[in-house]
Amino acid sequence: MSILLDENSRVIVQGITGRDGSFHTERMLEYGTTVVGGVTPGKGGQAVCGVPVFNTVAEAKDKAGANTAVIYVPAQFAKDAILEDIKAGIPLIICITEGLPVLDVVEVKKALKNTSLRLIGPNCPGVISPGKSKVGIMPGHIHKPGSIGVVSRSGTLTYEVVYNLTLSGMGQSTCVGLGGDPVIGTRFIDILDMFMRDDETTGIVIVGEIGGEDEQIAAEYIKKEATKPVVGFIAGRSAPAGKRMGHAGAIISSGDTTAEAKRTILTACGVTVVDFPDEIPSVLREKIK
Amino acid sequence: MKIHEYQATEIFKAAGLPVVSGGVASELGMALQIADKAGYPVVLKSQVLVGGRGKAGGIKVVHNKEELEKAFGALKQLKIKGYAVEKILVVRAIQIKKEFYIGVTVDSAKDDVVLIASSAGGVDIEETARINPEAIKKFYLQGGRDVDLERLTVFVRGVFEDPSLQQQAKDIFQKLIKVFFEKDCSLAEINPLVETRDGQIVAADAKINFDDNALFRHPDIESMKDSAYEDADEQEARQYGLSFVKLDGHVGCIVNGAGLAMATMDIIKLLGGEPANFLDVGGSSNPQKVLNALKIILRNKKVKAILINIFGGITRCDDIAKGILEAKKQLDMPVPLVVRLTGTNEKEAKEILAQSHIQTYATMREAVQRVVALAAK
Repeated sequence: MSILLDENSRVIVQGITGRDGSFHTERMLEYGTTVVGGVTPGKGGQAVCGVPVFNTVAEAKDKAGANTAVIYVPAQFAKDAILEDIKAGIPLIICITEGLPVLDVVEVKKALKNTSLRLIGPNCPGVISPGKSKVGIMPGHIHKPGSIGVVSRSGTLTYEVVYNLTLSGMGQSTCVGLGGDPVIGTRFIDILDMFMRDDETTGIVIVGEIGGEDEQIAAEYIKKEATKPVVGFIAGRSAPAGKRMGHAGAIISSGDTTAEAKRTILTACGVTVVDFPDEIPSVLREKIK
Repeated sequence: MKIHEYQATEIFKAAGLPVVSGGVASELGMALQIADKAGYPVVLKSQVLVGGRGKAGGIKVVHNKEELEKAFGALKQLKIKGYAVEKILVVRAIQIKKEFYIGVTVDSAKDDVVLIASSAGGVDIEETARINPEAIKKFYLQGGRDVDLERLTVFVRGVFEDPSLQQQAKDIFQKLIKVFFEKDCSLAEINPLVETRDGQIVAADAKINFDDNALFRHPDIESMKDSAYEDADEQEARQYGLSFVKLDGHVGCIVNGAGLAMATMDIIKLLGGEPANFLDVGGSSNPQKVLNALKIILRNKKVKAILINIFGGITRCDDIAKGILEAKKQLDMPVPLVVRLTGTNEKEAKEILAQSHIQTYATMREAVQRVVALAAK
């Protein structure tokens, strides 16, 4: 098994007629992803990359049996695209688009409450279960099927980590890019929990960065619930002290959001935090033994 | 995006929030007129976008025309954390009985908008939050924009004990929340919110930060930006679609993606170098971007060597290689360049660079070791 995506994932692309949407639809098809349709309002009936275009998500779900949506529409339309998926009941929604206003994402999160639907992103590279399905913008060829789960807040840094794993012969069960925005659909703990329950996954890599407190929350989870070894990397140790946001920001955040603080708490909770991404494979191999 | 207190005051005033009467002046004549209209004593408040202006002497109370003339001249000479005082807000001095705090922001850990209020307002509010967290009250919007008035009434009672102030306070809380949503703020804050000796509540300060991602909905707000607070290089970089932050070191770097850019800087430091900048070329793959990035980095005379670290995804390595060749042609390159390219179209890129005898490195560690060694020479 893998998590989130597998051979049965049937994907629709929102914004398939746009430049990014059509380019990545082609890449996904090349990789072997089952792309069953695209959605662009007013362009139903056309075909892009040999894939039928529908006017609405509901239509694509009915006629093509979609269970996964990926969003490439411009930021100003992304909220409505996600809300349309929620209304149509698409179980997995992956939003690649960057630059969404934070209040739009807050609204989307409210709409997701009390549903069993899952949003990944926005502003993320997507999800890949190597050899089964790739939904997003990551270069497919650097991945390799295997048993390491990767979860990250970054894009290209995730590729760097995956590339090192693959070079050393360690394949991946699923790689998940959560996105770098302050409010996101899915957080570290959600994915860590899925990896812990996934039979195929034997070890986990968590890639974090400065800002927010998700790594700290993940650390607490790992301390209590982890049944598999976890290796971590945190970017931003050399970043200059973050810009302050009035008093409210300082009052709201209960702790230290620096890279060093995150490294310290992850280490204290049993995660081996490395200095260099190329150290991840050997450390992981040692821990899995 | 940040705006000045006087601009935030105008937004609050338009939203019906009680602000202190006065106006903003860039020259003495205007200041005198505003003071005459508001009535002495008045407070002169330097308009700078950095904290700690009070402690830097940027706020003065004056009781008559002569005092105002003297103080105004002194403030215009002042530099606060390196920034000149261009404009001065002139407001009527108010009789403070008690200071409160109120601010609205997004609590990202809870995916929700929160109104924070305290009856212990003023400059020490963060200290209060640390040593006496019970004095800080939080009202969550629970995902929506509409305020549950019954819940808000109960909340207001917890902050304002005096029943005669509760209706005023409730009205202010509602209006501040409304401004926050309507203008796509990331912060709307009044500190202090003052109870005057005659039983009125007024905003004695105004602070608004906007969500940069939402500026497309608010062209009027974007025009309020004070470009004096942005480094000229950073501004230029933004126009080119690059994300750039200047630092103190001697190793220039050009990377795709913010996470990888930060990790590259971290590794430069771990291997004995100091990064000269953060630069993310972004997701698109235009050779011109590399040229522009190099142009900006080469202006920094501290830079002794430059690292280009690209992991191609959306970004195609061959486009980056073309940009490097173009830069070599167009720019005077007095410092060595170290290139590491991996990912989409890596092979094509290496062929392009090999023709011009530019060596590439396969891994990030090798490339960083090389650039740090070159910069130390």
